[in-house]
Amino acid sequence: MKFRKLAAALFTAGIFAAPAAQAVTEIQWWHSMGGALGEALNGLANKFNESQAEYKVVPVYKGQYPESMTAAIAAFRAGNAPHMLQVFEVGTATMMAAKGAIVPVAKVMKDAKEPFDQNAYLPTVTGYYSDLKGNMLSFPFNSSTVMFYINKDAFRKAGLEPVAPKTWKEFLVAAEKLKAAGQQCVYTTSWPSWMHIENFSAWHNVPIGTKQNGMGGLDTEFTINSPLHVRHVAMLGDMAKKGLFTYAGRTNQGDAKFYSGECAMFSGSAGAQAGIKKAAKFDWSINFIPYHDDVKGAPQNSIIGGASLWVMGGKNRKAVEYKGVAKFLAFLSQPKIQMEWHTTTGYVPITRGAYELTRATGFYEKNPGADMPVKQLTNKPPTANSKGLRFGNFVQGREVIEEELEAVFAGKKDAKTAMNDAVKRGNAILRKFQAANK
Amino acid sequence: MVEKRPLLDFITHAVLIVGAFVIAFPLYVTFVASTLSLDEIMSVPMPLLPGSHFVENYSQVLFAGSTTGSQEAVLSMLLNSTVMALAVPLGKITISILSSFAIVYFRFPLRNFFFWMIFVTLMLPVEVRIIPTFKVMADLGLLNTYAGLTLPLIASATATFLFRQFFMTIPDELAEAARMDGAGPMRFFWDVVVPLSKTTMAALFVIQFIYGWNQYLWPLLIASDESMYTVVIGIKRMIVGGDAANEWNLIMATAMLAMLPPGTRGNRKMSEQ
Amino acid sequence: MEKRVVFRSAWLPYVLLAPQLAITVVFFFWPAGQAIWYSFQLQDAFGLQSEFVGFDNFTSLFADPHYLESFKTTAVFSVAVAGLGIMISLLLATMADRVVRGALIYKTVLIWPYAVAAAVAGVLWAFLFAPSIGIVTFVLKGFGIDWNWIINGDQAMLLIIIASVWKQISYNFLFFLAGLQSIPKSLIEAAAIDGAGPARRFWTIVLPLLSPTAFFLLVVNIVYAFFDTFGVIDATTQGGPAQATQILVYKVYHDGVKAADIGGSSAQSVILMIIVIALTAVQFKYIERKVQY
Repeated sequence: MKFRKLAAALFTAGIFAAPAAQAVTEIQWWHSMGGALGEALNGLANKFNESQAEYKVVPVYKGQYPESMTAAIAAFRAGNAPHMLQVFEVGTATMMAAKGAIVPVAKVMKDAKEPFDQNAYLPTVTGYYSDLKGNMLSFPFNSSTVMFYINKDAFRKAGLEPVAPKTWKEFLVAAEKLKAAGQQCVYTTSWPSWMHIENFSAWHNVPIGTKQNGMGGLDTEFTINSPLHVRHVAMLGDMAKKGLFTYAGRTNQGDAKFYSGECAMFSGSAGAQAGIKKAAKFDWSINFIPYHDDVKGAPQNSIIGGASLWVMGGKNRKAVEYKGVAKFLAFLSQPKIQMEWHTTTGYVPITRGAYELTRATGFYEKNPGADMPVKQLTNKPPTANSKGLRFGNFVQGREVIEEELEAVFAGKKDAKTAMNDAVKRGNAILRKFQAANK
Repeated sequence: MVEKRPLLDFITHAVLIVGAFVIAFPLYVTFVASTLSLDEIMSVPMPLLPGSHFVENYSQVLFAGSTTGSQEAVLSMLLNSTVMALAVPLGKITISILSSFAIVYFRFPLRNFFFWMIFVTLMLPVEVRIIPTFKVMADLGLLNTYAGLTLPLIASATATFLFRQFFMTIPDELAEAARMDGAGPMRFFWDVVVPLSKTTMAALFVIQFIYGWNQYLWPLLIASDESMYTVVIGIKRMIVGGDAANEWNLIMATAMLAMLPPGTRGNRKMSEQ
Repeated sequence: MEKRVVFRSAWLPYVLLAPQLAITVVFFFWPAGQAIWYSFQLQDAFGLQSEFVGFDNFTSLFADPHYLESFKTTAVFSVAVAGLGIMISLLLATMADRVVRGALIYKTVLIWPYAVAAAVAGVLWAFLFAPSIGIVTFVLKGFGIDWNWIINGDQAMLLIIIASVWKQISYNFLFFLAGLQSIPKSLIEAAAIDGAGPARRFWTIVLPLLSPTAFFLLVVNIVYAFFDTFGVIDATTQGGPAQATQILVYKVYHDGVKAADIGGSSAQSVILMIIVIALTAVQFKYIERKVQY
């Protein structure tokens, strides 16, 4: 059936392409944007395809992030990798180490003589996807960061001012009051490691790992068993025991617990706004994530999540195909296109131009809070601890962290043991990655 | 029954009623949930009597799919499942009946070696060799194809064994007579072996139909393209997040659709016995 | 046991065998060989670099407390699934064998889950036990039990055991029922005349006669718990929380597919193969015995 579909597609493409003397170069783009996000993505591809006649970008939905990455790896091994692949942030180090499989975006753009200004991007974004020399390796596409949401109605019901707590101290006070007022679930989170370890570290300007969070080399080691980390995790464990924190799972399961009204406070992706807007039947607000006010320098800035586009190589790749990719990426980096993507999806505007343009249109006045994520990302100029992170096999590494966190939340381990174990197990993964990618 | 024991009779029925209730309860709740609206399911506790959204839910999943997870229409998934559930038993029966015929009715060099080769596959369920098998399929370009979906599941020693066992019970006189008549082996195969094997084939077909329909791990790996999803995979793909984020009414409607075909086949088989 | 009468042909048997052999070689031996080969290698995800590392993958596996933990999880899980599944279905089969009235209805209901896919069974039970909306969770809350398998490992384990047993009961039930019906009624009647009550008859006559069936089911159920419950786990707990439900097969899948650790996953495959070969050997020894008696 697939062949028939393909044949049909080729046939129609052939008919329409017939008047043009030259064959259209197809650019395969594998992504993981389902639902409304997928529609927005297809819209971008269509717009590009209509804008010129030489290239045709073909977006293909390949399942969730880990699945499309696995599929692309398998395809590369089989010799037919896609031209572009959307990879989530935790896969960055794995992609980066695969020197024979990827082509740095900066090189693709330079070779094709397409204009590409790396400085146009927010520094937190550039930092995440560049090598130490500052060359952008992948193209930032959908970026988000972790935000803190509150249910204002629940706050009012508990006799609280409907204002989000700024510090964890204030947070605990509010949490106790909510609980006392009969709130079943006081606080929950999506992406526990991303929120409570990765962003937590950047927000408090402490390292997640040595060597600039792994950006400085493969011989990095985790440092998430610092007293501050242990203290924070212990606090969460304590909250879980007192019924102030309800664990929802490792991915975005927390989102629904918040927008269904079950939980009064919630930390999750900036991208969760879309779902909350659609489903929440209460008054809510989006805010900066809380911090410990006795930590010097806090709050610093948060780090991004989301995904970037990697250009994949291969033996049979022709120069013209790379050129097409470069053209498409240049198309994507236009402020107008960036703005469209930002406003339709809720992802963060990643170039200054797009941010300014969006502000000029009055979008943020109409959608209060929509610029909070970008403000949080650029709260201060990023330091070595808040630029981002780059750990090999971090898909696995993050899981180890999450497992240890789960052990604390379930009351099975104390925070110190758990974080020490997380470091020990995480380092073993890093060493294995280092050995496999000499 | 040997003697009258009212108390024991009572206990017997009580145990069976409890057992049947526990077994049937999840199925009943699934059906009820598939007739409710999402809001009704979300109101804890959900109603335990069927609602009024039967047609709406089923037509939504059949023709449009879920809205938050996989957006492939379940109808196309059912088609893929059907292809898989038919191809696996048919393929299995075909290759197994041929190979066991060769092993039972011929003497040739390496016969034992081949027999053991097939036999050994019993020890290698797909689950233990996923990664390399996936790689082989990628190398052969069979990802996201029906061939890739079914071929690795076709080879199995069980069917070969069943046929071999059965052929052993075919009286030698029949083969003798066929040889006397000057019939070749293939003639004997078509005229005697195949008609005699019909019951075995039918039994195998039902079991393997269910096996093929219910496959999970393999299609999960091979079908990364939504248009190749089977209905079992489709259900998994509709589960996108926590409790409240899932369209449980649609998931449950799809689950009902996924359970019906193998269920009816299985139960027909049972009533035959 | 061999056929006396055979046909002769120099080529025909090979042609007849060819399709099955081709599939066997391509989809069984080639991958199995590769699994063995990969298990001695350290590879990056893309297969750009690989290095022969001897038994490193194996030694690091056995040095990993989580891998050893996974053996324990698998043992607990399969013993629970096989034990509960066999006991419950034996009880139900014995009862169903006794009744006349309503027998067909009972049997039809009890047999239904046989046809339900493991993954679907997982989804059904996960729905019933869903932490915030599940109907069973609601009832449990009424009893003061805080049910949240997302974070509670023991509850997660219980959930996958319930779902797996539920699906397997039908199969066991069928075999036990067939076994019970093949016990000569005269034997039971003779015992009854001698004054043995139903309980005594069950323990002294029925159970011993059912023991071959029970043993066969034990092997089948353990194999089922080892491999076929993958769908149940993937549709519900995905091995979590904190690896509380990560049985061996799930770990092979997880490490190989999700974590792209080809060498480590292949080494686990090889170990699993050895386990399965041992299990099969046990099964065949038993079947051989049965054939001789």
